[in-house]
Order: sequence, then structure tokens, then C-alpha cells
Amino acid sequence: MTAWEFTALVWGLSFLAGFLGALTGLGGGVVVVPALTLALGVDMKYAIGASLVSVIATSSGAAAAYVREGFSNIRIGMFLEIATTVGAILGAFLAARVGTHALAIIFGLVLIQAAIQSFRGNKGNDLPVSSDTLANRLRLGSSYPVDGKPQEYGVRNVPAGFGLMFGAGALSGLLGIGSGAVKVIAMDRIMRIPFKVSTTTSNFMIGVTAAASAGIYLSRGFIDPRVAMPVMLGVLAGALLGAKVLVHARVRTLRTVFAVVILALAIEMIVNGLTGKV
Amino acid sequence: MDDRRLETMIGRLLQIGVLLAAATVLAGGILYLIQSPSGQVNYRSFTSGDPHLTSFAGIVLSAAHFQSLGLIQFGLLLLIATPVARVAMAVVGFALERDRLYTVVSLIVLVILAFSLIHAT
Repeated sequence: MTAWEFTALVWGLSFLAGFLGALTGLGGGVVVVPALTLALGVDMKYAIGASLVSVIATSSGAAAAYVREGFSNIRIGMFLEIATTVGAILGAFLAARVGTHALAIIFGLVLIQAAIQSFRGNKGNDLPVSSDTLANRLRLGSSYPVDGKPQEYGVRNVPAGFGLMFGAGALSGLLGIGSGAVKVIAMDRIMRIPFKVSTTTSNFMIGVTAAASAGIYLSRGFIDPRVAMPVMLGVLAGALLGAKVLVHARVRTLRTVFAVVILALAIEMIVNGLTGKV
Repeated sequence: MDDRRLETMIGRLLQIGVLLAAATVLAGGILYLIQSPSGQVNYRSFTSGDPHLTSFAGIVLSAAHFQSLGLIQFGLLLLIATPVARVAMAVVGFALERDRLYTVVSLIVLVILAFSLIHAT
């Protein structure tokens, strides 16, 4: 493959990944890494380095739109980022030590989890609760617009949510993904934050989390400009287009198709990891 | 300044940062493709990378000389800097709101990010 062919192919795959990732809410990283490693034989470490960079781009690029809708909660995001950034640093150090085969297997397992969550269809909880003592002290509760009217909501189980956020950060640093799915579980299911607030706040947090491991990736040589360039530009363009057509798309069917694709990629990643092909 | 205005400003800052970074990466990418030799490329095995492209000083120096790969890496550095700037802006915003608790919380996040970036590069 010449440099031109490689760049064009990677850009195209990344565009598709960013587009589907935005439509399904799963993010581009979960598709870009298996696409690069399985289809083009790129080493896992270059793939996760390029993916991490694209994760920062989509998170920051979409942030303005989410803020305008008035859903994301900057206090919750900032407070939980203490956990995700420390986790991300730990994950990035681990990524440099763990072998490629093990990384591929862990990645496959995370993909299976994402596929299952996608199959189930995450309706999330939208019943607001009242804050418990710690959440009150941290002033985490707020309000968000429901049918044009502000709806108050509270927050609970802060320590458990904080702990899971540490895990989400570690996964992000280890695999170069946004791990938005785990962040949403921590906020929506555990901390009982309304689903829309959880997803938008999660998106807001992803960029900061990824920035915490990006320096370590860069210094270890995970971020190769010749791989990261088409990935970043492709995922960003795809994600921006995906966010535009999201309003008109039939997401339900798409999510199911996407889940099947992810499951297939997961199995191939794990098999290749076990047989030492990746 | 209230939370809503602060968040809108931060959101816009992030978008500008991403656009600037993407434009730099694109410029470096075009330069790279124009100059790229016709030989084969593959990234099958990991090598720890060129020091000019993995350290802060090396990247800035190589971008200043308009080397294609250095420009791409510089664009990526800009990209990494946008969420860091976002946290820094939140520190200032919360301080202006006289919200001591969240000024400290955002400062902690900023210190963690700074530690990671400085320690690494």
C-alpha cells in the first residue's frame, strides 16, 4: 500500500466509524480500532493512539451543541473528572506495559459489553430523585428543560458513581476509547441522574478524560502522525455529519445492525488476540 | 456570570480549538501526501517512534520548520490542549462566581492534567 492509498482507506473507514458512532451514541473509537487492526493490520498501539485523538476531537467538537440544549451539568462533570483523569493516567501507563494480544482481548470484551447494551436499547431512567446528603453538600443537583419547562433533579450514590468513573477513565486510557457507555451507566443507573443529562455530561467529560492519557500516548510513540491524521479528520467529519442527520434517522434499527457488527468485531478481536494474530 | 453563559463560552472555545487543530492537521497531511515517496507503507509492528515527533520541544521545532509530520503532531497538540483550556476556563469562571468549592474541584482536575502532560513530555 502506498501512503496515498493508506491515507484514503483509513480516512474512509474513520469517516464511517465516526458517522455510525454519532448516530448510535456509541462513539467512533469502538469501531476505528478494530477496523484499523483487523482490516489494515495496523498495530494495536498505533490504532488506539489515533483513536484517542479522534475521541478528543468529537467530544470537543460536539460540546457546543450540547451546551446550547441546556442538558449537561458542568459541576457533575468537573467533579467526576477527578476520578476519570486519574483513572486515565493509570490506564495509559498500563497500555504501555500490557502486550498487544492482551489489549486485543480486553478490547473485544469491552466491545461485547457495548453490543449488549446496544441490543437492550438504553431507555435510561428519567424519573428525577432528590439528592442525598453528600450530593447536597457538593451541590450536584440542578435542573434541565423538559417540554420547555425546567425540571429539577437530584443526585445519589456519589461514592459508587465516582468509583465507576475511575474505572471508565482507566478503560479510556488503556484502550484509547471514550468509554462513554460506562460513564453513562455510572451517572444514569448508579447516580440516578436523568438520561439526557447523563449522556450529554458524559460527552463533555470524554475529551478531558482522553487529554489526561494523550500526553503519555504521545511520549510513548502511540500517536503516529501518518495514522492519526486520517483517523482524526475522518472521524471528526463523520461525527459532525452523523449529528446533523441524527434527527431524521431511524435509530432503533440502526442500533441493532450496529450491535451485530460490533459483536462480530468483538469475536474477531478476541480470536485474533488468543491466536496471536493481532 | 452564571453557569449557562460560562458553559456557552466554554463550548464555543472548544469548537474553535478543534477547528484550528483540524486545519493544522489537514495542512500537515496535505504536505505529507505531496512529499510522500511512492514506496510502500505499513504499520504492522510498533516502534517507539521518532523523538522529534514524541516530545513537546521536538514537535514545536519540527512544525516551525514546516515539516509535514511535525505540523500534524502540532495540530494534535492543539487538539489535546482544548480540553485543558476548557478546564482552565472553568477554574476562572467558578472563581468569578465566587464558588470556592468548584474552583478547587476544577483546579484539582487542571493539576492532574498538567501533571500528566508535563510528566510525559
